[in-house]
Amino acid sequence: MQITKHEVEKVAKLARLEVTAAETEMFAKQLSQILTHVEQLNRYDTAGVEPTSTVLGQVNVFRDDVVRRSLTVDQALANAPEREADGFCVPKIIE
Amino acid sequence: MALHKLTLCELQKKFTAGEVTASEIVRAYALRIGQVEPKVRAYVTQSKEGAMAQAEALDRKLKGWRKTQPMTGMPLAIKDNICTEGVPTTCCSRILQQFVPPYDAAVIEALRGQEYILLGKTNLDEFAMGSSTENSAFGPSRNPWNLHCVPGGSSGGSAAAVAADECAAALGSDTGGSIRQPAAFCGVVGLKPTYGRVSRYGLVAFASSLDQIGPITKDVADAAFLLGAIAGHDPRDSTSADVPVPDYAKALKKKDLKKLTIGVPVEFFAEGLDPEVDQAVRAAIEEMKELGAQVKEIRLPRTDAAVAVYYVLATAEASSNLARYDGVKFGLRAKETKDLLEMYTKTRQEGFGPEVKRRIMLGTYALSSGYYDAYYGKAQAVRTLICQDFDAAFKEVDLIVTPVTPTPAFKLGEKSDDPLQMYLSDIFTISVNLAGVPAIALPCGFSKTGLPIGLQLIGRAFEEDVILRAAHAYEQATTWRTMKPAVR
Repeated sequence: MQITKHEVEKVAKLARLEVTAAETEMFAKQLSQILTHVEQLNRYDTAGVEPTSTVLGQVNVFRDDVVRRSLTVDQALANAPEREADGFCVPKIIE
Repeated sequence: MALHKLTLCELQKKFTAGEVTASEIVRAYALRIGQVEPKVRAYVTQSKEGAMAQAEALDRKLKGWRKTQPMTGMPLAIKDNICTEGVPTTCCSRILQQFVPPYDAAVIEALRGQEYILLGKTNLDEFAMGSSTENSAFGPSRNPWNLHCVPGGSSGGSAAAVAADECAAALGSDTGGSIRQPAAFCGVVGLKPTYGRVSRYGLVAFASSLDQIGPITKDVADAAFLLGAIAGHDPRDSTSADVPVPDYAKALKKKDLKKLTIGVPVEFFAEGLDPEVDQAVRAAIEEMKELGAQVKEIRLPRTDAAVAVYYVLATAEASSNLARYDGVKFGLRAKETKDLLEMYTKTRQEGFGPEVKRRIMLGTYALSSGYYDAYYGKAQAVRTLICQDFDAAFKEVDLIVTPVTPTPAFKLGEKSDDPLQMYLSDIFTISVNLAGVPAIALPCGFSKTGLPIGLQLIGRAFEEDVILRAAHAYEQATTWRTMKPAVR
């Protein structure tokens, strides 16, 4: 599988990553290499094989909806890069 | 004997008997850390004052009486991707460099409830992505057996700290071998429990269907002891299993391997296996025969697919888990950005190192429209086949014995330019995570150059007691555990 620089840029955009020109080139080469290795999976016939997303076989895990101790507002905001009053502050979204 | 040389169980006995105080323990470790840490660099945060204050408070409280719990006063090191309230938890990433968790992980809550002592947080490959600690944003740790070699990864700091006697025991996490591989490289014991055995609440998520916390210790009895303290059901982790926790120490009472059948998978002894590793592991299998085990050749035919399956599934899960680092609620935020989107992309550009970015890219690609079925769906289906291989094997045998790694520890810088080569070195540990079963790594020899070689014992789901029993019998019949690095 050959990954082009254009595809690297597209994936970076999806992943919200900024990549430099040098990184784009490096990732195109390395991802091509890794995905070529991954293609060996096509040797295995998986027709009718159920996919495994968890080994525990759980579907839904329920617990009673009871009020528990949780973080205070100040604790929850203590690591915020920027806070305003009781909220997280982000750059302006709507002009 | 100097306190830092004792195993966790030995130290615990002395402490309970009143032969040593918590302050004396912490002072002994502070001295040891002061001597070797400049060379080994196992820790990223040392809790010097915190540990001393904890110890002094404990000694005052215990004065005159000693009603302690198993971990009371025991000095441990914790991998820096496990949340510790009030103590920085960085995942060795710039993006979390300033992060101080407002809560404890479930395993820390359990240890704190027993009044353990936190010596510090240990180095790892950024977000546990790597096999050498070279991906740490704060620089690599060194292998105490040879300072030019890597300690392994990602829990390399924890394994190096245990090997260099910089703590009595440590916790690590294992997604594709991150407890067992560094344990093998550093000549100590590392146990990856069954998926669901230990709560992941408060473990910074990398690949949620594979991650598991476990002990890294000086011997097998310590691993049993520490596992007992952290195992069990936790409603806060919906993947934590509601299965009773047996008395692991009791499992160690049988000193032989009679009535156990051990499987040797031919696929693990193939091309690429270092002859010294091959020889050491085969000698260990002979020793296990002497101890009464039945040994049988088995097949795990889909072993060669494990690395490919893992690097699709783990990166896909990581790309989703790491989407939370967006500069909004915690962690780094890039300065002077013109809008929200640029704030996201610049924050992630500045905050993540190259390996983390590479894995986010790979995972995002595997999940992207048009490629999902070909990569992610395919890998999930082949994972089922790998699980079936283990199911079939465990109908014939009680446990499986393999090498932990194809080679002993490699040199710093040797593989850091070639991600695929680095990934392929995880071949023997990865399938265990995909199948969710437990496995232990313990020393079984040394290379001619004096580097430790590791033996892996894999068991059925929730049969940690069986692999602990077998590992303990082998350990006690050999002398590897008495070998200590000189750290120079």
